[in-house]
Amino acid sequence: MAKKIIATTSLAGCFGCHMSILDIDERILDLIELVEFNKSPIDDIKTFTKECDIGIIEGGCCNDENVHTLLEFRKHCKTLVVIGECAMMGGLPSMRNTIPLKECLDEAYLNGPTVADCNPQKIIPNDPDIPKILNRVYPCHEIVKIDVFLPGCPPRADLIWDALVALVTGAELKLPYTTFKFD
Amino acid sequence: MASFVKFTINGKTCLAEEGAQLVEAAKENGIYIPTLCNYPGIPPKGSCRICTVLVNGIGQTACTTKVVEGMTVQTSTPELEEFRKSVIEILFAEGNHLCPSCEKSGSCELQALAYRYRVTVPHFPYLFPKRDVEAWHPKLVKDHNRCIQCKRCIRGIRNGKGQALFAFGKRGDKVVINIDPETSRDISDALAQEAMDMCPVGAILRKEKGFDVPIGKRKFDRQPIGSDIQA
Repeated sequence: MAKKIIATTSLAGCFGCHMSILDIDERILDLIELVEFNKSPIDDIKTFTKECDIGIIEGGCCNDENVHTLLEFRKHCKTLVVIGECAMMGGLPSMRNTIPLKECLDEAYLNGPTVADCNPQKIIPNDPDIPKILNRVYPCHEIVKIDVFLPGCPPRADLIWDALVALVTGAELKLPYTTFKFD
Repeated sequence: MASFVKFTINGKTCLAEEGAQLVEAAKENGIYIPTLCNYPGIPPKGSCRICTVLVNGIGQTACTTKVVEGMTVQTSTPELEEFRKSVIEILFAEGNHLCPSCEKSGSCELQALAYRYRVTVPHFPYLFPKRDVEAWHPKLVKDHNRCIQCKRCIRGIRNGKGQALFAFGKRGDKVVINIDPETSRDISDALAQEAMDMCPVGAILRKEKGFDVPIGKRKFDRQPIGSDIQA
């Protein structure tokens, strides 16, 4: 059987979900027998060099680069799996969603108590190389079609493992009660 | 002596006192009907619709239905289960439910229902409403982001003089559940705890209290909601 190809990325997340992938511990040795990683922070491949079977997304979309990456994943991956609360509902970054963007930026760069005198020119960062921030944080499924949702903050390593095994072997995907958690 | 009536739930013959609340009658007969706004011992409201069942083929809320002789009840059809999932999804989409940062996580009934039904993301767009957190009350915190307007607290919590601590303001989708600053000022820790426990979500919290049960030992960490009634 040809090895399945996996890509992963962290959008507006904290990399905690990727840590949880690594939490499958020694089972990672079994995983490497079954799959090959393509674009992923795990192997530092920056752009897709192959079409992938499984794309794993951590984090929601808070800027235009996140959206671009998510669209690339949808284009190059047969099955898209989102992991974690941020990807599923925006998570903690989405706490800004109830506040107008201008107010957030003003607080962060102009008026916040920790800004003090460190921004004398009163500039809100606007270099073209910096991704443009979106009006709010979007869950991934509001941008592209998502095939599998694995909740948790982070998702339990056992949940990720079970899902990966199911996706790689074509077995039925089960969501056991004890690992299906939102926190 | 109370008279008993015979009726069926999912084809099983059940006995209950005449006039008993269907949710409780089902429980006594070992059948779980999911509830959210209902709370044992306080008047039912029928507002969340989670407990909708088919009574003689017609959908109605089991918390506001009394058992009568010969009624046939169905608690679980594919349509009812899909409907319940939708209600849970709507509640998640309508408020700001950030489970990872909520003190009630693991013991939250809304979350527990989502676990039971394996709800992942809603089929409705998240609204991200702007809502306040009232942290200025002496004993309680009211986090409107998490409030599902079940009104359990309004119906169930009274101070020593029998005065309500909670009341709702505004109407429709603007409705808010407020804490009365007067009647809630001098409440005991026990009553504050009762209010927190009665809230199915994390909208009413005791001040200076929380996160005292470790992950893995919270109410719904191991066992789905309702498994104490029906395996």
